[in-house]
Amino acid sequence: MPSERDSTPTVMRQGFRVLGHAIRTEPRVFAGAVLASCVYGIMTVGSSWALGLATENAVLPAFRDGKASTGALLTAALLIVGVAVLKAAGVIGRRLLAGIMQYRMQAYSRRAVTRQYLRLPLAWHHRHPTGQLLSNASSDVEAAWAPLAPLPMAVGVVVMLVTAAVAILLVDPLLAVVGFLIFPAIAVLNFVYQRRLSPLMMRSQQLRAEVSEIAHESFDGALVVKTLGREDTEAARFQARADRLRDANIAVGRVRGLFDPLLEALPTLGVLAVLLFGSVRLQAGGVSPGELIQVSYLFTLLAFPVRALGWVLAELPRSVSGWTRVRAVLDATGSMEYGRERLPETGPARVEVRDLTYGYTPGAPVLSGIGFDVRPGRTVAIVGPTGSGKSTLTQLLVRLVDPDEGAVRIDGVDLRDLAAGRLSSAVSLVPQQTFLFDDTVRGNLTLGEDGVHAVPDEKIWAALRLAQAEGFVSALPKGIDTRVGERGATLSGGQRQRLALARALVRDPRLLILDDATSSVDAQVEGRILFGLREGSPESTVIVVAYRMATIALADEVVYLEHGRVADRGTHHELLGRCQGYRNLVTAYEREEAERTALDAGEEIVA
Amino acid sequence: MTLSVNERSALSTFRRGFALSPEFKVGLPVTLTLAVFATLGKIIVPIAIQQVIDRGLRGATPDLPFIRNAVALCAVAVVLTAVCGYLMNVRLYRSTESGLASLRGKGFRHVHDLSVLTQNTERRGALVSRVTSDVDQISTFMQWGGLMVIVSLGQLLIASVLMAVYSWQLALLVWACFVPLLIVLPRFQRWVARAYTGVRERTGDMLAAVSETVVGSAVIRAYGSEERTARRIDAAVDAHRKAQTRAQKIVATTFPITELAGAVAIAGVVVLGVHLGVGGTISAGKLIAFLFLITLFISPLQTATEVLNDAQNAIAGWRRVLGVLDTPADVADPGEAGVVLPRGAITVTFQNVGFAYPGGPPVLHDVSVEITPRTRVAVVGETGSGKTTFAKLLTRLMDPTGGRVLVDGVDLRKVRFSSLRERIVMVPQDGFLFDGSLADNIRYGRPSATDAEITLALTELGLTDWLEGLPAGLGTPVGQRGESLSAGERQLVALARAYLADPDLLLLDEATSAVDPATEVRIARALDGVTRGRTAVSIAHRLSTAEAADEVLVFEHGRVVQHGSHEELLRHDGVYADLYASWTSGARTS
Repeated sequence: MPSERDSTPTVMRQGFRVLGHAIRTEPRVFAGAVLASCVYGIMTVGSSWALGLATENAVLPAFRDGKASTGALLTAALLIVGVAVLKAAGVIGRRLLAGIMQYRMQAYSRRAVTRQYLRLPLAWHHRHPTGQLLSNASSDVEAAWAPLAPLPMAVGVVVMLVTAAVAILLVDPLLAVVGFLIFPAIAVLNFVYQRRLSPLMMRSQQLRAEVSEIAHESFDGALVVKTLGREDTEAARFQARADRLRDANIAVGRVRGLFDPLLEALPTLGVLAVLLFGSVRLQAGGVSPGELIQVSYLFTLLAFPVRALGWVLAELPRSVSGWTRVRAVLDATGSMEYGRERLPETGPARVEVRDLTYGYTPGAPVLSGIGFDVRPGRTVAIVGPTGSGKSTLTQLLVRLVDPDEGAVRIDGVDLRDLAAGRLSSAVSLVPQQTFLFDDTVRGNLTLGEDGVHAVPDEKIWAALRLAQAEGFVSALPKGIDTRVGERGATLSGGQRQRLALARALVRDPRLLILDDATSSVDAQVEGRILFGLREGSPESTVIVVAYRMATIALADEVVYLEHGRVADRGTHHELLGRCQGYRNLVTAYEREEAERTALDAGEEIVA
Repeated sequence: MTLSVNERSALSTFRRGFALSPEFKVGLPVTLTLAVFATLGKIIVPIAIQQVIDRGLRGATPDLPFIRNAVALCAVAVVLTAVCGYLMNVRLYRSTESGLASLRGKGFRHVHDLSVLTQNTERRGALVSRVTSDVDQISTFMQWGGLMVIVSLGQLLIASVLMAVYSWQLALLVWACFVPLLIVLPRFQRWVARAYTGVRERTGDMLAAVSETVVGSAVIRAYGSEERTARRIDAAVDAHRKAQTRAQKIVATTFPITELAGAVAIAGVVVLGVHLGVGGTISAGKLIAFLFLITLFISPLQTATEVLNDAQNAIAGWRRVLGVLDTPADVADPGEAGVVLPRGAITVTFQNVGFAYPGGPPVLHDVSVEITPRTRVAVVGETGSGKTTFAKLLTRLMDPTGGRVLVDGVDLRKVRFSSLRERIVMVPQDGFLFDGSLADNIRYGRPSATDAEITLALTELGLTDWLEGLPAGLGTPVGQRGESLSAGERQLVALARAYLADPDLLLLDEATSAVDPATEVRIARALDGVTRGRTAVSIAHRLSTAEAADEVLVFEHGRVVQHGSHEELLRHDGVYADLYASWTSGARTS
């Protein structure tokens, strides 16, 4: 792949820049890790030197002379153990500090990324798939800082190699040539190995994610799979991907199978070469037997650590691509800007919507030129056919997204001029899709308000009562302190909706926005909720998206949307009288019944 | 039924795991033989050193021809063992990956064969991991840990034998230095395992906290709870970091202990060896070869904790995968032996049907109902009255705990799934969509359908207007789980999907709850028109459905308390009349 080779220096340069960023962030931990790693590197060479010394001064003389010198033996033993203790200390320090550095960097990045998720506007979220955002914060962060684990070791290995080179040079320059051939060869071979392995590993990782995604989607849709009898095709779809994963893993195995034995054989061949050339040099008087042993031992010791250089270099491309994706999140602009305006603390809110235009994709507006007013304390119903933009409008009303054109004003203040946090303390939206946190009922209602802002239990119960949730919540094992589980999975759809409603009500919002928020609730229960809202909270302005006549009948005014535009507005009766689309929509059931009655009557006459 | 908790022993887990993936055993003897030869490569260096020192360097001048021959011979041996290593690795990867791929497939298929009831006893994520990460743990062990066990044991054995040949006294000394490690290593391994369990748990918490910022982004913004969420994330991220650091501390401090033991052994060998050598029991070459042999002890013991961990993870993973496979498909397909029903209008009979969730009170009592062909049946009742249970029994998502459900006189349990699913289709309230285009989703139940047939179906359902409003028509991507569409639109797609599948009995479980009334009526009428040859059962809050039905079944507290036409039921006081009164007060203009 010539293109890859061309880009290699760039990737490496970028990779070193990423590492540089980590080193600048944690200079002291890094310095400590490198220092420990140098101790480890020097002591590795030191242990072969100790062994050589022991051979030369204690072992061989004893065999030659036929008697052991206790002093020389004791010195040799202490030297061997002492060097090993220092080396162990180096290893502990290196591993621990390298770990601390890697984990700290991961934690920094995760915090920064999730802060961005919280800060960036919802429109940004809409443009990025959920799965991608999750992997930005998990696997991309992990990949970005993966080289930090072997990095101090690699630095230590460089020191080790220099020390070893000096040590061998001191022994014999000719033997050193063998070393200078073997060790760079190991490092290069391992680099080639990792470079070839890395894309295969990434591919296998990618396929693993895809296999998992298919399983997730398929199990999530298990009911559909079952009811349409598609188990076989689903199994085939999964198996096809699992087979690709298998092939990718086998490809990984082939590369591993080739390089692992090679990397093991190379230093062994090096030792054999040392023995051969060493014997020649021994004959020439260039080295002593002890030195020969020392160099051989050094070869066996160095064979493994040298690979660390390859690990770091090979991780760099993955690190760069991970960091690039993380950076893309961190550098994302278009954050929501806040102004400095405040809103009155109490009393129902006044809402003005002016020439509102908004689209998820440019050129395809979902809403265009929407305008209407809601006077304080009034209830307005937003009605329109499926897909006419009602939910999008509610998102604009609470500034989850900013309009492309036009404005939403509350009490005369453009939402964009409000200070951060001001809008959410005055306005509550109950979205169509209920989202519950993996928390207690209380936590889901108060959303963590505690301390001075703690919500008293009576208030929580009052909100639950109003949302018709008091009954089932008090039947839960721990009442309001019961955890409601993964995305509220332990509750039925209607129960979840009622908790979401209570979450809005407990805040005494000055403007309450309900986006078809009672669709999973029985008509009777809904009736009780609506009655409660009307009687119990005269302080709120209410905007409600609804189809049910009971809900619409509560409204002082109706805004009727069609294809993202206000087709008409007025009271329910006015619209019934003059707007055909509206009439068709809300009287659909009645007309149907009337037609059927007529038809039945006709049939009876015929019969 | 919950997934079986597999408490079998480690050995029987392995045996059953191997039996389920026969690919593992293909050519295993050859692979193991290759592994033995590959391991022999490790002792070449100590032998070469011993030979060179004792024989090559014995005289006053080195015996260069001997050394040359010995080195050349050893080099050939090194190359040969490397080739064995290559072949072994390739074979091992091929057989294990093939075995695991088929294990994944079997597990996945079996999850779909389990009843919804059993599926729902586990969180989706946990179910997914049984065919993904749990299998990956087996693969890690089979390709690394399991191999390491064999290679390491071989290495220890071969090194020990060679040591014993050279000098039994020194061999005993070396063993004496390493035996204490064999006692403490399992303890370290338990610490390490516990620490990593902690890391995994914290990782889960951390990912869950992170996912809230993404999945719950709208709610967090609407309620201004960014700071509280940030605090939760900080806590989770920090707990994760601390758990990682704790684990690293244990691993880092226990790791060099083996090497220290090695150094003590080397020092001991030098001291004792020299004394033995002076006595003439051992040669210098053998003594020095010992120093190299000791290094062969270090790496197996260093990796031992990791290998033991891997082995435990693999067994746990295997148990979880087997847990799925050993759970009988409680609502099973009779398969070949089953009855294939001819196509045509369907009669459904419920004979004294009762149902209770495992360990729960009965939710359906003694329901006896007959649904005649070509009728429209509406099922009404308050939440929790048993409507959805009725639907699940009718579509055989669950089996009754008492009584029988018959289709055209045949017990539902005897009907082949392929036939049953073709003839009876249910549209659930939550219209789950797959990530793909609108067309992909609509043709999910009938993959052979052309775009023209899909458009025709949408036209028949009165959805042309909606389709034309979509940016890319049939090619519009629906996003993951259909998130790019509104809740009502998702229901439209789910309906079209079932409609195109063209079943003989269509069961709608609140399938139009988020759709506007005009569209709902249009759909109902379209279904009606085509339903002339079809039986239709609808569960709905909106009693307009009941008004249009031929027969209404009224559920209360798990019983059918009333049935008959809308008009008949209204003539009497009762549950239906009450329901209807409360509905009309809400649904109608006053």
